[in-house]
Amino acid sequence: MAEIIVVTSGKGGVGKTTTSASLACGLAKAGKKTAVIDFDVGLRNLDLIMGCERRVVYDFVNVVHGEANLKQALIKDKRFENLYVLAASQTRDKDALTKEGVEKVLNDIAAEGFDFIVCDSPAGIEKGAFLAMYFADRAVVVVNPEVSSVRDSDRILGLLASKTRKAENGERVQEHLLLTRYSPERVEKGDMLSIDDVQEILGLNVIGVIPESPEVLQSSNSGVPVILDETSNAGMAYVDAVARILGEDKPLRFTTVEKKGFFSKMFRS
Amino acid sequence: MGIFDFLTQRNKNTANVAKNRLRILIEQERGLRDAPDYLPLLQRELLEVIRKYINVDVDAVKVDLHKDGEHNLLDISVALPEKES
Repeated sequence: MAEIIVVTSGKGGVGKTTTSASLACGLAKAGKKTAVIDFDVGLRNLDLIMGCERRVVYDFVNVVHGEANLKQALIKDKRFENLYVLAASQTRDKDALTKEGVEKVLNDIAAEGFDFIVCDSPAGIEKGAFLAMYFADRAVVVVNPEVSSVRDSDRILGLLASKTRKAENGERVQEHLLLTRYSPERVEKGDMLSIDDVQEILGLNVIGVIPESPEVLQSSNSGVPVILDETSNAGMAYVDAVARILGEDKPLRFTTVEKKGFFSKMFRS
Repeated sequence: MGIFDFLTQRNKNTANVAKNRLRILIEQERGLRDAPDYLPLLQRELLEVIRKYINVDVDAVKVDLHKDGEHNLLDISVALPEKES
């Protein structure tokens, strides 16, 4: 049985696609056969973050409409042989995806023996976001320590508890909170919400905390998900988050202010 | 309020301000989440009627829908000003 994980947030620009790409890579690296799907019809970007933008021939909408089969549209990752990307289409038609169409594609992927299907949700709470979460078993809600993002996350948690297949069947989507762009220095100064603040407000514990770090941009520049940069704090924090999703117990790292020693002062600005 | 604003500005602990604002807002929004669509309108109209007679704040009227066993309970509360202005 493939497990379906939606990466969602409500607010845009908080790191959904970065997270989807890194989770998918991390799961694949852990030996899980993984597909990652871009639900942002009209504004596809997952292919860029995954570094396979020049190999997109067929997309999600083509498969839903029967213009291509799944095998043709699933792009095999060049780094992991058990990782596949399904790109969003560039069509502007908002109704290109239907609930039935999405369900069939997810079922077909599951039938290919996948362990995980990661659904990269578009921002907002419109149809694309709704379809990305509807069939989910689990949700990773990406949140920044910032008022509008926290508020939107609460909206999304409400939708996960009411507008999903699990909710309609009287079950619950397993919810995880992933705090991104976290800056322990700013928390210490009192100008950023802390992990505890966000957990308390949303009533949910974090599955990971990704520190604000320059490597995230560098990774997206080069099309290599940041989780593969294991020298970066953000990359290592994603590695931990994936381990926790797989049930391992890992303490949080990079969540307190680093006391800079002589050498790090010399070599890092 | 004014005094506290001054204090928080001096301490520059805007994270606390954010936390308190979010706490209030999210509690409010959660209350309305599963509520019927007519509640906000009902709340507004009630406020208009009450303000014809009493000079209350714009957030003086609270309308909540509770489940009490098998019954739905519509809970309307109006905060009156401390003294006539």
